Amino acid sequence: MATSRDSLGRPIVVVTGMGVITSLGTGKSDNWQKLTAGQSGIRRITRFATEALKTTVSGAVDFVPVEPFCSSELTERLAEIATEEAVAQSGLGTKGNFPGPLFLAVAPVEIEWLHREALAAESRSNDTVGYDDLLRATASGRFGAIHDRCVFGSVAEHLADTFGTQGSPISLSTACASGASAIQLGLEAIRRGETDAALCVAADGSVNPEALIRFSLLSALSTANEVPEAAAKPFSKNRDGFVMAEGAGALVLESLEAAQARGAKILGVIEGCGEMTDAFHRTRSSPDGKPIIGCIRNALTDAALAPEDIDHINAHGTSTPENDKMEAMGMIAVFGERAKTIPTSSNKSMIGHTLSAAGAVEAVISLMTLDHQRIPPTINYKLPDPAIPLDVVPNVARDARVTHVISNSFGFGGQNVSLVMGREPA
Amino acid sequence: MAETAREAWITGIGIVSCLGEGPDAHWQALNAGAPSPIAPAFDPYIVHPIAPLDLDKQIPKKGDQRQMEAWQRIGTYAAGLALDSAGVKGNADLLTRMDMIVAAGGGERDIAVDAAILNGLPKAPKPAAFLNERLMSDLRPTLFLAQLSNLLAGNISIVHGVTGSSRTFMGEESAGVDAVRIALSRVAAGQSEIGLVGGAFNAERKDMLLLMDAGGFLLRGGHAPVWQRAAKGGGMALGSLGAFLVVESKDHAQKRGATPLARLTAVLSDRSRRPAGAISASLARMWQRIAPNLRPGSHAVISGTTGAEPAIAEERAFLESVGVPVRATGTHIGHGFEPQFVMNIALATLALKHQMLFPPADTSGIEQPMQGTPAQVIVTSVGHWRGEGIALVEAVR
Repeated sequence: MATSRDSLGRPIVVVTGMGVITSLGTGKSDNWQKLTAGQSGIRRITRFATEALKTTVSGAVDFVPVEPFCSSELTERLAEIATEEAVAQSGLGTKGNFPGPLFLAVAPVEIEWLHREALAAESRSNDTVGYDDLLRATASGRFGAIHDRCVFGSVAEHLADTFGTQGSPISLSTACASGASAIQLGLEAIRRGETDAALCVAADGSVNPEALIRFSLLSALSTANEVPEAAAKPFSKNRDGFVMAEGAGALVLESLEAAQARGAKILGVIEGCGEMTDAFHRTRSSPDGKPIIGCIRNALTDAALAPEDIDHINAHGTSTPENDKMEAMGMIAVFGERAKTIPTSSNKSMIGHTLSAAGAVEAVISLMTLDHQRIPPTINYKLPDPAIPLDVVPNVARDARVTHVISNSFGFGGQNVSLVMGREPA
Repeated sequence: MAETAREAWITGIGIVSCLGEGPDAHWQALNAGAPSPIAPAFDPYIVHPIAPLDLDKQIPKKGDQRQMEAWQRIGTYAAGLALDSAGVKGNADLLTRMDMIVAAGGGERDIAVDAAILNGLPKAPKPAAFLNERLMSDLRPTLFLAQLSNLLAGNISIVHGVTGSSRTFMGEESAGVDAVRIALSRVAAGQSEIGLVGGAFNAERKDMLLLMDAGGFLLRGGHAPVWQRAAKGGGMALGSLGAFLVVESKDHAQKRGATPLARLTAVLSDRSRRPAGAISASLARMWQRIAPNLRPGSHAVISGTTGAEPAIAEERAFLESVGVPVRATGTHIGHGFEPQFVMNIALATLALKHQMLFPPADTSGIEQPMQGTPAQVIVTSVGHWRGEGIALVEAVR
């Protein structure tokens, strides 16, 4: 079937199921309604005490109960909720038997404080407890659950069980670009002809004291705590850092041929993906912007599109001084004068930075934007930054003709990934 | 798609372990078969420490060395050795096109900070506030970057300039298998021309012992070859490892005049939940897929067995059923999770190069002398908890 291949002769890869959960709510419909209404999901942190912290706001998903709190447990629940929605919408496979591999973007799993405290209590050495004492506790053989919960592959393992994906599930991290990388791995596997379908999931439930403090010590977080809903202000002159948030996005990818053969409803097309690593610094972008520029150009090349074809940008837009400046510079370099008029919005103004999940959450929102022909706004845009002359769709959603979207994701460690998505092929 | 797949070569290896650094040190030690070094600080657990490395040779800037934790230094060092081995170190044009997949865990915690907090928490009037205060004041700001899984790749980009792409897979042994599988699949399908793939593990850390001991996976009661640990209840001796491969399309290698160390013909991965018999069945399924390529009498197995029961018993039964000469490297280098499979592929290229298998290190009967010359090596992974995989590595003659 000639029409099931793209202009480079590769299988066209489409999306047939999507799920999302953020601090705004559960599911596509609730999220879309609130995103286009310009609502913020950022709240004061109530999950744990915030004494001594510089940042006391987040986009935590508190309406999914996990007691006692454990980040990898919440991550798994969020991933399940988004995946359930995506798989149900796709109608692919049968319950508990998904006919394709799992690519899961997830924050590095680790032993958490609740586990260490449990082991310390077991060791009964209150005044001098150290790792040797904790090891005496593990020797009891009663803590196997800590291993199974805290190995790096644990979340993917449980998801693979629940949804019955095929083969070895891949857990991956490209820091804040992870969600986009999960989609890219699925796209590539289908293009190679290894599979007709892939389940691409990204989840993050990291709002705990230590994770927040780690970002805080790197001066990455907003400290505008007075009005939580106003803390995330991408592209504004007074932006002062990102707001940590939780969520998950899940996408069922299929070859167009397989999707058409089973009469599936096609929600959009993953047209291309580009990467380019930045070797300048562990947390900062190369001042010349070359890796970001190269990443966006690689995505356009992979999608066989020209800059003129792009009519909306779903920005990484973290609200850090550095990211938003460099991202704008990159867009101006790629799109020229037109960059100033391409509607560019940051979902993070409303949902915060969902970290490992962001690339997939924002891909789902990009595909909903294509479907509804309506662009969610960048809220909290009160004080424009003269150094960022972009149309950021300020504060109010906008109807627009959108045919091809670029969604950018950039992360610590020089990770840059851009996805290009389009509407169902004619 | 096998008939249209492009041939992929291994054109570089970079390996470090308790046996030393580089191919010669490893080959000599495997042939000598002397007991491997054990770090006394972790007794009663068995930990094989990384051999002393002159870090300046691969990580010239002290500032870079300081920004890393041990696992990142080991990995960045091994990655540099692999780039040297492939003859691409410093070739800026090529390195900006080079793809990278790293199989990674994470970095060590500050265990002194952890201990101080655990001591203080029960006595603190407001434990949650106490935790916040201690973490805010006692954690080094850059420690997070030394712990983050994707920052081994990040450091390799910074130090060696590999910037075509950068992906990090997590998930213990399976991450290593899938990293090589995806790197090979991309080359075979024309999605990549040349890639750096590997990982690193630092075993010399009590927080890692804690995770594995919680699961009951660690060897106690003195070292023994992996196949002879059943009497001790089985278990892993952890080993610090760094291992990277340069995997390249044959066309790309020939155009730049690179010499193949071996052909990477196939990499398969699998996941079983490990009810009785599942590991044997998984290995049998994967073996069937590569069996049409195998030539009797010229192939051998390098096993990544961990020593942990019951996985090792099933792997052993399967390998005995196929009747092929077997060597387990865990006896010599310990177990290092993510890089183990990559390391064993690298050691397979050495056996092909030397046209011999290193001697058995086992009295239980599974490791037998090999009569003849290996032209094909099958590398197996049966992870300590999950992570089954197979690679077929062949001589290019």
